[in-house]
Amino acid sequence: MTRAIVIGGGLHGMSTAIHLRHKGVPTVLLEKNVTGQHASGVNAGGVRRLRRHPAEIPLAVAALERWMNLPSLLGRHAALCGFVAGVGQIAIAENDADLRWIEQRAAEVRTLGWTHEEVIDRAELRRLVPALAEHCIAGLISRQDGHAVPYLTSQAFRLRALELGVELHEQARVVGLDRTADGWRVIASRGAFEADLVVNCGGAWAWQVAEMIGEHLPRTYFAPSMMVTARMPRFLEPVVLGIGRKLSFKQSETGTVVIGGGINGTPDLDGDRADPRPERLPISARTVCDLFPIMRRAVIVRTWAGLEACMPDEIPVIGPSIVAPGLFHAFGFSGHGFALSPVVGALLAELIAEGRSSLSLEAFRADRFNSTGQA
Amino acid sequence: MNQCDLAVIGAGPAGMAAATEGARLGLDTLLLDEQVAPGGQIYRNAEGMRPGDFALLGDEYRRGAELAAAFRASGAHYEPGSTIWHVGADGTLGVLTGTGARLISARRVILAPGAMERPVAIPGWTLPGVMGAGAAQTLLKASGQVPDVPVVIAGSGPLTWLIACQLARAGVAISALLVTTPADRIARALGHLPRALRAGGELLKGIGWIREARSRGIRIVTGVTALAVQGEGRAEALTFTTASGRDSIPASIMLLHEGVIPRIHLSLAARCRHVWDEAQLCWKPETDAWGATSLDRIAVAGDAGGIMGASAAETLGRLAALDAASRLGRISTVERDRTAEPQRAALARHTTVRPLLDQLFRPLAGLLTPDDDATIICRCEEVTMADLRDAVAQGATDANCAKLLTRCGMGPCQGRMCGPAVAAVIARAQNVPVEAVGTWRIRFPVRPLPLAALAALEGGLDAEPEE
Repeated sequence: MTRAIVIGGGLHGMSTAIHLRHKGVPTVLLEKNVTGQHASGVNAGGVRRLRRHPAEIPLAVAALERWMNLPSLLGRHAALCGFVAGVGQIAIAENDADLRWIEQRAAEVRTLGWTHEEVIDRAELRRLVPALAEHCIAGLISRQDGHAVPYLTSQAFRLRALELGVELHEQARVVGLDRTADGWRVIASRGAFEADLVVNCGGAWAWQVAEMIGEHLPRTYFAPSMMVTARMPRFLEPVVLGIGRKLSFKQSETGTVVIGGGINGTPDLDGDRADPRPERLPISARTVCDLFPIMRRAVIVRTWAGLEACMPDEIPVIGPSIVAPGLFHAFGFSGHGFALSPVVGALLAELIAEGRSSLSLEAFRADRFNSTGQA
Repeated sequence: MNQCDLAVIGAGPAGMAAATEGARLGLDTLLLDEQVAPGGQIYRNAEGMRPGDFALLGDEYRRGAELAAAFRASGAHYEPGSTIWHVGADGTLGVLTGTGARLISARRVILAPGAMERPVAIPGWTLPGVMGAGAAQTLLKASGQVPDVPVVIAGSGPLTWLIACQLARAGVAISALLVTTPADRIARALGHLPRALRAGGELLKGIGWIREARSRGIRIVTGVTALAVQGEGRAEALTFTTASGRDSIPASIMLLHEGVIPRIHLSLAARCRHVWDEAQLCWKPETDAWGATSLDRIAVAGDAGGIMGASAAETLGRLAALDAASRLGRISTVERDRTAEPQRAALARHTTVRPLLDQLFRPLAGLLTPDDDATIICRCEEVTMADLRDAVAQGATDANCAKLLTRCGMGPCQGRMCGPAVAAVIARAQNVPVEAVGTWRIRFPVRPLPLAALAALEGGLDAEPEE
């Protein structure tokens, strides 16, 4: 019988392990820290189809369907994710240049055959986001989009994986990857494991795993930072994104306001941690104060940053290794992989068990980069 | 001023002494403090005391005024009303003064934020009417405010006796002082007595408070365990167990105290290495004999580096300043060591009483891991003991996992109150040392920071640099 080892206990690794178990594949999951510790557990939690790279739209659409039907994936742990659907995600046009951009974008998405992105005028924008500053003139909305709680979602995936019999090893850092006569030997800090195939979901560290068998993939990674405020009176339902300025903005169920959008902190790959940089966050604070006057009263209580692989073309690598049969990659989600996790694991499991996936993964091939790992 | 040789944080005895010494040694020195006047917690309002106040607070309080006067005359820059919201390992400090935030760059930083009261998480401790004995003392020192109803004091440590005396002197009725220090501890601690007696004043002060409390006729109950606050919506009675059974004292104000622990959020934020102090049941930064931490630019002085008391703090502040001057090239290491000699002698004198106090007032192990599932551990987010145990059962192996699963430590206090308890609960569940569980990963802002102040940050970047 085919046996699999998944490297990386983030959402994509756990989702892959869960889907492999659905297909009856015995699966070992190796995590060098604890599950969900990095990007998976500390991101903004957006479940978004809006503004996806054209290649990612089919995945994002299929992912939302799976989010809407979480119990089939996570069983009794589904509710833990705190998934809220249908609040919408809206990109805000602050000026004419932004407006031209959203009109072009909406037309482009329609041309591709999708209908979920819609331009809304100032009146509709104000109806949906009454707290928004007066100068905002329009929006690009995807009405069914929503959000979930990242760390609790990671925990739900973990509990489901364990329930389905995934053999999880935490604090098990992969230090060697060797081909054997009929498969793979993975050497981890907590012992060696053998299997017919290996799935590399190593996030910011995935390139290191590829290097172990001489496969050169982009080594780029970053540490997007986030801020959260003390609880505030409820003023916002949808998730709000910036267009000309970096912003991802939402009010959580508890009333705290979560501010992100890709301001970079300091990544420390060897130290397994990332820290926000205080001198870089004023620009984010100004954007928020400009767009939401109520936020001039807000108080920041915490900040953090997560470590995440970022590909040169900002879309992930999903699919077989270039150099070795029986090795698959899924990493490099470039700061927007959270929402895709239910579907990417499913597609990888199809690819592994049946030799083909129900959605095309052509755009995500590892060999789109040249031999030195450049796009 | 946005650059300096030496930045000192905190204007208690350690901070005042460090800044005074730093300026004397020719360092461009800046002292930043949250309060409006020097003194810290122990010598709060030291400059505002009138002669009569010493009768109420005690004669040792005069030392605060002397330290403040020396500091004022030292030439060190002083920025009161300044909150520190960021400490970088490179000596960068984020400062909030009024509504304005800025970044300061210091060649060396001495952290002297002092101590905080150990949270006493007993059933009902978050009900209105329950407060720390130290908090009550703060109100007394800062504004002469005292409770206008009878109070119950419960716990362990010198401060319980001192606050009983101070409140009684101020005319407050004390219904009872419930002493949780176990009787067998007292017997064992006597072994340290001969050494402690060499401290003279320190020990005699404490004995004086006990004698005064007794002579004032305060009801003293010893051998107290299983404290619990009763009440609907607010504190109404304090129940407890003694050798003679369960008992209860009605009160609407109750002051709890189980000693003080180092304030470590600044040293945690800077990412100094910390160790678990099993004697004191608290975290503290790892320091050398000069207060230098594991980071090149950061030192810690005073109770923030381990509880030693006000007199030792003053000495430790001077030692840290001497080391700063040496590291910054103002004096040689030979001169540093020579100048430090009398300070080292003084430190030895001030700390002879510590082994006795540590033995006597070591908090009970159960204090950090209450048996009652309903007891609130994190009062900001109302996380109970049961929630924490669930998180451990779900696989939380360190403090940060437990935080993400339960929101424990995510509130405005940033886990200051629940940190030791969370580590202890996980350690007990996994049967590992607390040190293995670790403490919070603390990032800025160390104190809540208004978004508008961050938006207008002085010294920040106008645009994000391309990587």
